[in-house]
Amino acid sequence: MPTLDAAFSALADPTRRAILARLALGEATVMEIAEPFSMTQPGVSRHLKVLEEAGLIVRRIEGTKRPCRLAPSAISEIDRWLDKLRQALAKNYDRLDDVLAEMQSKKRKGRR
Amino acid sequence: MSKLTLMTEGEKHVVVTRRFAAPPEAVYRAHTEPKLIQKWMLGPDGWTMPVCVCEARPGGKIRYEWADGKGGGFYLTGEFVELVPFSRIVHVERMHLPDPCPDNHVETRFEPDRSGTLMTMQMTLPDAQTRAAMLASGMEQGMEASYVRLEAMV
Repeated sequence: MPTLDAAFSALADPTRRAILARLALGEATVMEIAEPFSMTQPGVSRHLKVLEEAGLIVRRIEGTKRPCRLAPSAISEIDRWLDKLRQALAKNYDRLDDVLAEMQSKKRKGRR
Repeated sequence: MSKLTLMTEGEKHVVVTRRFAAPPEAVYRAHTEPKLIQKWMLGPDGWTMPVCVCEARPGGKIRYEWADGKGGGFYLTGEFVELVPFSRIVHVERMHLPDPCPDNHVETRFEPDRSGTLMTMQMTLPDAQTRAAMLASGMEQGMEASYVRLEAMV
């Protein structure tokens, strides 16, 4: 059972987040994942190992290849992270409250 | 006390609701005028939006670029599909990290709610896995913001 902490630190790296976004499009081999990044296959493999240990991806064996896909558990774990996203959005909208208050006070001044 | 709700719906949707103490016209404008968008759509403290293209007409382009002030950043592109002033915006957007993520179809509604506005934003992703990946990448910003708050408290 992967821990939430392992998943958190696995996702702290932008390349690993990009790899997950790529896998959201479907299963891919190391070579296919490495292609858009200016990164060597061993480099990508290291990131995949972190993601696999965090339980965010699963890999199967197909001849000499080991294609990767998002783990079903990644989806349910990510649901638990909704709270975090909620906080980021809340911050944006708190700021929007200030912008709206400013707009309304300008409008009132304009009417005077 | 948070006025925001964020929920997944079915396999492919994310729904966000929020009330504002301003009429729909003001909230709509704050979502479609670049100078206003740049004041609030920023994520964690310290981030800015140096580039904001928002052509609020059907087929009009969207491009938001965020910077953390330390050389880091990312951007989003999109297109408007339909706009009904001051009640409804339909657009498509995608994050670039830097490769483009799958399209996110977004419908935003602004309804009068007593003296204010109720905003309902429904995002539609291609499938459950894409939705998970989107939430995972968006989560990072939330994490950063909460760490900053934690630091401020300690």
